[in-house]
Amino acid sequence: MFRYFEPNKIFAITSKAPKYVLFLFIVVLTIGLIEALILSPEDYKQSDSVRIMYVHVPAAWISLGIFSSLTLLSIGSFIFKNKNFALIAKSLAPSGFVFNIVALVTGSIWGKPTWGTWWAWDARITSMLVLALFYGMYLLAWRIYEDKEEVVKITSIIAIIGVVNVPVIKYSVDWWNTLHQPASINIITTNTAIHSSMLIPLGLMTAAFALFSLLIFLMKYNTELIKLKNKGLDRL
Amino acid sequence: MYGKKVKLRFLFLVLLLATVILTVFLILQSLKENVIYFQSPSEINSLIEIESKKIRVGGMVKEKSVVINSNEVNFIITDFKNEINVTYSGAVPNLFAEGKGVVAEGFLKDKNYFSATKILAKHDENYMPPEVKEALGVK
Repeated sequence: MFRYFEPNKIFAITSKAPKYVLFLFIVVLTIGLIEALILSPEDYKQSDSVRIMYVHVPAAWISLGIFSSLTLLSIGSFIFKNKNFALIAKSLAPSGFVFNIVALVTGSIWGKPTWGTWWAWDARITSMLVLALFYGMYLLAWRIYEDKEEVVKITSIIAIIGVVNVPVIKYSVDWWNTLHQPASINIITTNTAIHSSMLIPLGLMTAAFALFSLLIFLMKYNTELIKLKNKGLDRL
Repeated sequence: MYGKKVKLRFLFLVLLLATVILTVFLILQSLKENVIYFQSPSEINSLIEIESKKIRVGGMVKEKSVVINSNEVNFIITDFKNEINVTYSGAVPNLFAEGKGVVAEGFLKDKNYFSATKILAKHDENYMPPEVKEALGVK
């Protein structure tokens, strides 16, 4: 079960999916942007600059979520030598990297009007930068190493070592004094310090970014499957 | 159920993760002083000697402590246990206000007096529309 998969069967489904995902993405993004930019209220303290949150926070969540997925898939592919896990991880990584950069850039744009600085070497921001470096290494490793066995091993180990950084990012604002504010949403008790009228656009934009990641993933994954088919392999 | 190689690879990952976690933990522990972005007035108060290097102090801007004359701003940073007087010449960020978070970067003259070269506003995790804030009855 872990050892083999049939690219043809998977491709039959994944090759049809992108157009539906694209449609759903455009619908959710449109509603999300209308909510985020027009319908949602301004913040009592930050006024309109709070709207950067609706891009910044979902982007950061998605980049962390994708990295965690890379790690789980890498553990699977490293231990069980499952090639499909490796291909899924390889296809997921680019959108995670893009959203990581988006989170850093929008954070910088948000930091200037609120904190008064573009960049601060505090624990949260620095650990997010370290995540981007891990993404960079991961993506480069896929390009550098030619040998199939070798590339799966090296990329898996990068993703597994890099996951140590994920809890550091999450709890950096609690463990140390940081310029970055603590989390607004407690993932265990689901208590939130964000007013409900602002949670709607935040949720919609998160869904839109997740759909976008899924779309890019499907396109990348289909390309990988086509590459396999062209080699005349029915199974790995 | 699984082959010997699978078990060995699993063991390898467990050891790898344990090593990395331990290493990162030890590094962060020993770098604690450098990982924190700012010190609180209480931490400043417990300093044994005052160093001349640039540091950051953070806390709340004490209510009714901000005095602005010509191009100099004076205020008090408090953590509700200890306080420190800050003087700064220049423009403060928009979100700088009494009762709100602040981080001041600069030099410590003595335990109660800080000369800032840069002021950063630290905002909290609460987001709400102005009407809700008014309804809550806080200023």
